[in-house]
Amino acid sequence: MAITMTKGQVGLTGNTAVAYAMKQINPDVCAAYPITPSTGIIEDFSGYVADGAVDTELITVESEHSAMSACIGAAAAGARVMTATSSQGLALMWEMLYIASGMRLPIILTDVNRALSAPINIHCDHSDSMGARDSGWIQLYSETVQEAYDNIFLAVRVAEHPRVLLPVMVCLDGFITSHAIENISLIDDAEVKQFVGEYKAAQHLLDTDNPITYGAMSLPENYIEFKHEQSKAMAGSKEAVLDVSREFGKKFGRDYGLFETYRLEDAETAIVILNSAAGTTKVAVDALRKQGMKVGLLRPRLFRPFPFNEIAAALKHVKVLGVLDRADSMSGFGGPLFNEVRSALYDLDARPKTVGRIYGLGGRDYKLKDAVAVFGELDRIRETGKIDTLTKYITL
Amino acid sequence: MATLKELSKQDELLSGGHRLCAGCGIPPIVRLVLRAANGPVVATTATGCLEVGTTIYPYTAWRIPWIHSAFENAAATISGIETAYRALKKRGRIPEDKNIKFIAFGGDGGTYDIGLQALSGALERGHNFLYLCYDNGAYMNTGIQRSSATPFYSNTTTSPAGKVIPGKQEWRKDLTRIVVAHNVPYAAQASPHNWSDLSKKAEKALNIEGPTFLNVMSPCPLGWYTKPEDSIKLAKLSVDTCYWPLYEVENGVLKITYKPKEKKPLLDWLKPQGRFKHLMTPENRHLLDKFQERVDLEWQRLLDLDGKRL
Repeated sequence: MAITMTKGQVGLTGNTAVAYAMKQINPDVCAAYPITPSTGIIEDFSGYVADGAVDTELITVESEHSAMSACIGAAAAGARVMTATSSQGLALMWEMLYIASGMRLPIILTDVNRALSAPINIHCDHSDSMGARDSGWIQLYSETVQEAYDNIFLAVRVAEHPRVLLPVMVCLDGFITSHAIENISLIDDAEVKQFVGEYKAAQHLLDTDNPITYGAMSLPENYIEFKHEQSKAMAGSKEAVLDVSREFGKKFGRDYGLFETYRLEDAETAIVILNSAAGTTKVAVDALRKQGMKVGLLRPRLFRPFPFNEIAAALKHVKVLGVLDRADSMSGFGGPLFNEVRSALYDLDARPKTVGRIYGLGGRDYKLKDAVAVFGELDRIRETGKIDTLTKYITL
Repeated sequence: MATLKELSKQDELLSGGHRLCAGCGIPPIVRLVLRAANGPVVATTATGCLEVGTTIYPYTAWRIPWIHSAFENAAATISGIETAYRALKKRGRIPEDKNIKFIAFGGDGGTYDIGLQALSGALERGHNFLYLCYDNGAYMNTGIQRSSATPFYSNTTTSPAGKVIPGKQEWRKDLTRIVVAHNVPYAAQASPHNWSDLSKKAEKALNIEGPTFLNVMSPCPLGWYTKPEDSIKLAKLSVDTCYWPLYEVENGVLKITYKPKEKKPLLDWLKPQGRFKHLMTPENRHLLDKFQERVDLEWQRLLDLDGKRL
């Protein structure tokens, strides 16, 4: 796809922008399988391959399970590897997600968030990536097309960071972000190349003079040590995310950090929310601020590892907090974001009252009025000091 | 092809000290095939006896780069490795004159059943690799459960010879023919007792550009209820009774590579194996006859195709 910039700006959909980032990175191998709404990424990228705009080897596999398996094989062979999927595709990869992270392979996957069956539904919610939240992948969430585009470059650097060596999943909202056109700034090809550098695996399968064994069976004598190392790398990757974000910010002017706060400094009530719905919530914040309400927002970007301390510190002054999940973990106790945030606040001496709300499943719209209604509810809790319903569904 | 003397001088690429059972057919097959590569080789193995028995951390029997990732995806994993090789070679990160061969190993469970989709995909895409299935006729690693490769009437832990149902009721899947239907340049059946036939086929497969396939009979004393020292003899009997014909399909032309001078009765192969013990009673005589008839039919089908383009 020919992309024309005007004054450094270009109108792209989320999928096109991610494919363009992949083109600029020109990975060694891409293995993928089509699934709505992420298909556009691989369609565009296939075009780049067919036109010789990249010299990536593309493997059009017969399933997502094989996509991730081929990514694992290629990454273990020392290649820089990327793929994209959604929903059932990510679910089918589930077994291999754990193997990619357990083998410490820096694979990059774009997950265009879509609801999981049943009932089958092609629209946005976060049940797919939330289902993979414990698979050992670093997860970066994106509010906008620009952020999704930028996250791809950050993901490569974080994944391949010598102290990290873990796969990274970049998440953006299906259709809302993947198919909507937004004006974004592109980074020069040369600057991308310089930023991501060339991947050189310390050891790999194609070094036949120094044979290594990947994926040996590990019994109770050492399995837990492997997991301990992986767990430390995951916890430590937060620092790498911060370092790489800072470097990216210095070079390209967009410093993302671990999460975004919006008018949070003096907020009495606040919403915590992921991805595109944060945009709607910000509009609500502005509208309510005009009416004199002290409202704010926190939007996590890095969900895995979860920056517990930093998020707790940013929220400690808030009186009432509404955590909005676009996924239900079916635990009978709200969504995954609610549980993480609530847990993060536990060690504060005085912590905000925190309620969980599940919204927008299967692409149900989350509108300005919904955000306003949540803030209204939070305000009533602030006034009365009483929580009627700790967790519930909204946008029904 | 290398002579036995030459083969014996080559480096052993699968070291001794692994934990596969005494009498297991897998190690001699793997060792012969790795030798046939005669140069740098990278392999993957599906979950199963070969993987578990060769790599209990911190030990590995593999003197070549090797990876195991899961059960159903050996063909997809090797697809990724082989593609990375082409990508990195194209970009000058692997020397132009370096020629690496790629092999995926899987048992019958990992190949006929759970790995069939990944195998089909990799064959269709035309990756340059050899897929080798060691067929011991059941899920031996998990304790002898029936697979789609399990022989007729075989007693397994999930197709037990019971009071009402006498073992596995279905004829085995003919995987070699399924692979051939992908129009791959080379596919063959082999057996470890005929080392020169197996070596020849492996060498051919590894030197042909594109996906190739070997289906190799692999005796299993544990699951067949046989003596370890009889394994190679039993492999030979599976071929001499024509249960496991040795043949190849090269560029679409089928050729039987070994025709027994005298076709032995199937009973000769079945009788020493505990998994067929229930067939030896007078009341189950008709089952034996049915089994023999089917073997005769399949053998005749192959004879009819010998030398022909499929």
